[in-house]
Amino acid sequence: MTQGISRRGWSELPDLFKRMTGDEKHEWAATSTLPTLWTLYDRVLDVSPERVDDPDRDRFLLSKGHGPMAYYAVLAAKGFLDPSTLDNWTDFGSPLGQHPDRVLVPGVEISAGSLGHGLALGVGQVLGLRAQGRTKPRVFVLVGDGEFDEGSNHEAIALAGRLGLDRLTVVAIDNGSASHGWPGGMASRFAVEGWDTVTVDGRDQEALYHAFTEEHPGRPRAVVAMIREEGAE
Amino acid sequence: MTAADFHGKTELALMSSDVTMRETFIETVTAAMDTDPRIAVVTADISAGNFTEARSRHPERVVNVGIREQAMIGVTGGLALTGLRPVAHSYTPFLIERPFEQIKLDLGHQDVGAILVSIGASYDDPVWGRTHQAPGDVALIDTLPGWTIHVPGHQDEVRSLLTTALAGDDRVYLRLSTRRNARAYPTGAGFTPVRLGNKGVVVAVGPTLDAVLAATSTVDVTVLYTATVRPFDHAGLRDAVGSNANVVLVEPYLQGTSAHEVTTALADTPHRLLALGVGRDSEVRAYGTAEQHDAVHGLDPAGLHHSITRFVG
Repeated sequence: MTQGISRRGWSELPDLFKRMTGDEKHEWAATSTLPTLWTLYDRVLDVSPERVDDPDRDRFLLSKGHGPMAYYAVLAAKGFLDPSTLDNWTDFGSPLGQHPDRVLVPGVEISAGSLGHGLALGVGQVLGLRAQGRTKPRVFVLVGDGEFDEGSNHEAIALAGRLGLDRLTVVAIDNGSASHGWPGGMASRFAVEGWDTVTVDGRDQEALYHAFTEEHPGRPRAVVAMIREEGAE
Repeated sequence: MTAADFHGKTELALMSSDVTMRETFIETVTAAMDTDPRIAVVTADISAGNFTEARSRHPERVVNVGIREQAMIGVTGGLALTGLRPVAHSYTPFLIERPFEQIKLDLGHQDVGAILVSIGASYDDPVWGRTHQAPGDVALIDTLPGWTIHVPGHQDEVRSLLTTALAGDDRVYLRLSTRRNARAYPTGAGFTPVRLGNKGVVVAVGPTLDAVLAATSTVDVTVLYTATVRPFDHAGLRDAVGSNANVVLVEPYLQGTSAHEVTTALADTPHRLLALGVGRDSEVRAYGTAEQHDAVHGLDPAGLHHSITRFVG
């Protein structure tokens, strides 16, 4: 049932990609996020195009903002965007730019592009939902390993860990793009702040699915999705 | 000295001098939280202890993030995205300057509202030095669209401005100070005429009013008062100016911050403008008192009298 829809949708993604022009400057970054984005929107997130304003929806925050082709393609495959919108993306007047703008695209939870903003916004969303008694919605924040250089991430990681925000999940895409690297792995930076962590193959959708759906009571979870270079397209 | 010690000492110093605007802010927000479930408070250690009562009554809506100002504004944006009415608060440079990109992006670019409430003003307590001074705060916020900026001159003005702001959903910057005038004036849209004269119009912003009144007691000028500089009351200024086009702007922050607003208001009126405020030309590497710094910037009554009389002739 769901699997059929899933397979059909996944196979349509290349065509949706083709509708966007070939001047994408962050193609590698875009494709590194695709398995994660697809797994979330296809099998994990409790959200739909009809419920983009439902306060009890799950939220996905693309913190790094760069390389949004995969994001737009998934949003189009899932009905948040009319696929024809992809044809003239980044044109003046198009709602789709090289960095997403939540005001222009229903279903896009945050406007992003400058690195290191999504995690604190996600922490605030979890706190805001909790304050309103909404304990069901989950908040997912996708960060990149290069983005992780920004100190603002580490303020938010420490805070979320100490507050034990178990409705928060960070997906850290590690494709080795940080100039100075993360010795010991990105997961250790979360673990030391009390997060539940797991490191998986970033192209293994089954592993991602389990990482996104396992319970982590009393603690936020960090899923480090490793993308090895040979996977590059 | 650790950062925590330092913040603690800042708090002590403030409590021992003049806490009235800050106390009014804390009381007003604490009371409003009881009746408005949208209101949330975000602090970064500074003043966190003053929200103990609010936290005990509304533990889920009072968040202290520690000494993490970028996270403070990011969390504020996240709270607003879920429909709450967040109030973020710290010392001026740590609220406005340090997390400025978060203010630009996590509030404005997300198209959400919030109330930012600062204490410390330009140089309320100069013994702390340049790190605790932020005369450029209003100019910085003024680079961003959609902000209302209040610079109250009395604690009673704080109460009314804040009550209105808490009921809204827009972006509001409320700049508190330990400097204040002897009495409050009505808040709301528009400048308040305090004195009428013939040789020019002096616009006194917030806590500068008493010094302006003292400086102009023997000068034949109109004095307008305002605690709200954005939006700027263009029509009120035009009405007061009439055909007498000598305008003096006295602001308790960076000199000339509102000069462009005067230019816009009087675009069709030939006019002269003298903009007074905290000097832009050099960093004042001195401690001492706020009054001594006023004198350096010509914002004390004697300095204002000298500048204004020379300008209006």
